Amino acid sequence: MQPSIRVENLSKRYRLGTRGGYRTLRESVSEAVAAPFRRLAGRASAEPIERESREWIWAIKDVSFEASPGDVVGVIGRNGSGKSTLLKILSRVTEPTEGSVRLCGRVGSLLEVGTGFHQELTGRENIFLSGTIVGMSRKEIARKLDEIVEFSEIGAFLDTPVKRYSSGMYVRLAFAVSAHLETEILIVDEVLAVGDVAFQKKCLAHLQRASQSGRIILLVSHNMSSLQALCNRAVLLAGGRVHAAGEFRDVMATYYRSLLVPAQGASDSTFDAPRAEGMSPIFRSATIVDDQGRTTNFVPLCGIFRLQMTLDLPALDGSGIINVGIDDLLGQRMITIRSPLESPELLENAGKVELECRVDELPLAPGDYWIKVSVRDRTGWLDAVEQAVYFTVGDGEVFDEGRRFLSGRLVVRSRWEQLSRSVEGVI
Amino acid sequence: MSVLSSCNDLDRPGEVAHVGNGELPVVVIRPQQGWPLPDLREVWEYHQLLYFLIWRDVKVRYKQTVIGIAWAILQPVMTTIVFTVFLGRLAAAPSTGVAYPLFVFTGMLPWGFFAAAVGSAGQSVVGNERLIAKVFFPRIIIPLAAVGAALFDLMVASTVLLAMMAYYGVVPTLGIVFVPLIVAILLVLAVGVGSLLAALNVAYRDFRYVVPFFLQLWMFATPAIYTQTSSLTGGVLGAILPLNPAQGLIRNFRSAVLGGPIDVYSLAVSSAVAVTAAFVGMFYYKRTERRFSDII
Repeated sequence: MQPSIRVENLSKRYRLGTRGGYRTLRESVSEAVAAPFRRLAGRASAEPIERESREWIWAIKDVSFEASPGDVVGVIGRNGSGKSTLLKILSRVTEPTEGSVRLCGRVGSLLEVGTGFHQELTGRENIFLSGTIVGMSRKEIARKLDEIVEFSEIGAFLDTPVKRYSSGMYVRLAFAVSAHLETEILIVDEVLAVGDVAFQKKCLAHLQRASQSGRIILLVSHNMSSLQALCNRAVLLAGGRVHAAGEFRDVMATYYRSLLVPAQGASDSTFDAPRAEGMSPIFRSATIVDDQGRTTNFVPLCGIFRLQMTLDLPALDGSGIINVGIDDLLGQRMITIRSPLESPELLENAGKVELECRVDELPLAPGDYWIKVSVRDRTGWLDAVEQAVYFTVGDGEVFDEGRRFLSGRLVVRSRWEQLSRSVEGVI
Repeated sequence: MSVLSSCNDLDRPGEVAHVGNGELPVVVIRPQQGWPLPDLREVWEYHQLLYFLIWRDVKVRYKQTVIGIAWAILQPVMTTIVFTVFLGRLAAAPSTGVAYPLFVFTGMLPWGFFAAAVGSAGQSVVGNERLIAKVFFPRIIIPLAAVGAALFDLMVASTVLLAMMAYYGVVPTLGIVFVPLIVAILLVLAVGVGSLLAALNVAYRDFRYVVPFFLQLWMFATPAIYTQTSSLTGGVLGAILPLNPAQGLIRNFRSAVLGGPIDVYSLAVSSAVAVTAAFVGMFYYKRTERRFSDII
């Protein structure tokens, strides 16, 4: 018998207001007293039905998907798209309002690092406590104790209360316990982001090994690169519904496109949007043009990059500076290009100014990017426009040298030469 | 909240699959309707978790204290001393010819257990909020563990009772065999009342303030530190008093320990009330537990 997951039309409704809060007895009593009157009033008008729909919110609605052995499924979506609610239902922490889930195989869920850890208990005691809570038997834990201790790198601190641990040690131990949970189905919510880089690598490798043994892993993470390393399939949630499901690469592409939709549609109004406190609208437009001067959103790999901006420049205090920041779609800054300090004439005259920032060989890997523009003078920042321009760097040959782009985030020119040659057969 | 069945045998809800011969357990999650029954089998599957939660409660309670577990003894002893001095000497409360300290202690020991169990069980679900919100397990384990930890303290404190009996030269009679039974019923009562309060506390935090007050009133309604004279224990009043389940249980606990006559009527009525309370409490708990993680 193989493990499997089948989710059918799963929906979960929350009442606004009670979510995260709790009622006092007085509220309940007054509500109970008011209810019959409301019902009487309800006969006269359709108002209560409207009221009903305003008070409830579907956290997830009609979610269906399946997973088979060996699948590592990434659940992706923006904040509030219902990812955590879905995992909570699958973990049986909360109950669905409609629909059903059929889980074949033992389910282990890690919705939190260090579930059940108690500050006053020692590392060893917490291994047993937390292990039991997430569903391991005492024998199983005893058998894996050495492995867990080694994985967590806490060594000599095993019998020290965890409240004396550094936060790094604490999360390492916590993750180590969870990671040794050997159920056929594993549900993991955003716990990959613990520890330092070396430890994260170790966790990834551990999960990868786990998936190769035919288990099913369901993951939520905002770290796309670690999801990409692990997942073969994905479910994209948007507004509580399944927006796309299938091969990870396809779903991720859909996700990235969906991120752009609102911003792209609003690109003209981006520059008209009200500015933050202390900023005034100086940037009027920004566009990328190709080598012929035509507006474009595409830059060839290692190609020329020309960003043209229009500014309504006020009188500046001292010389002005413009920053052009390029971010990838995960919001990570790739580079900030700053206007030169020694050319004050660039922003000298108040009034309408047109500028061009030009990079002859853009060193960015193929992919999609956002540009943020900002301007300042001696008094501070005057204007900043996030997601001002969106553009794509195409795939292709690196510097027309007949080599294709392989991997990484940057492209650079390189020169290769032979420094010495050994006699044949001798190293 | 879910129904367990075996992999190839899906349409028989309520069936529990047994892992073995390569068979994987199947869980079907769907919305639950009506009044579900507490699933004792599932609780048994999680008995190790119950054990570890009791162990944690006991262990954590006395961590970083100087005298540690002695607090379990000191608390009933101190109460006994206070009542002995103020009631035994000053107010001259009538007791039954037994040494007053021993009389008080045989009341305070079971009452102290009951009050501690109900008090901590009542707070237990709210106190374990993170567990409830992050992991699945039979929810009833939480108040059960709180009662279990109180039972541990009772056993520790019982050594003092033995020492006092030896000191006052009380030889146990055959009635002592009732002690485990009475403690067991007291435990059932504590689970019922405790889980009811725990569930109410999740929805209405008012109960955080109600419980201590309510326990104090209950103590004075129970013959823990005083005795009920024969004018009270006979007649209509005598028939009604055991409806307070603590009355019949604690009164007979004292008799069982000190060799007095066991009052079968009050023991039976109080036990029946205790079992009823346990059912009511556990059903209410089971009914509301699926909303815990949403509203806690």
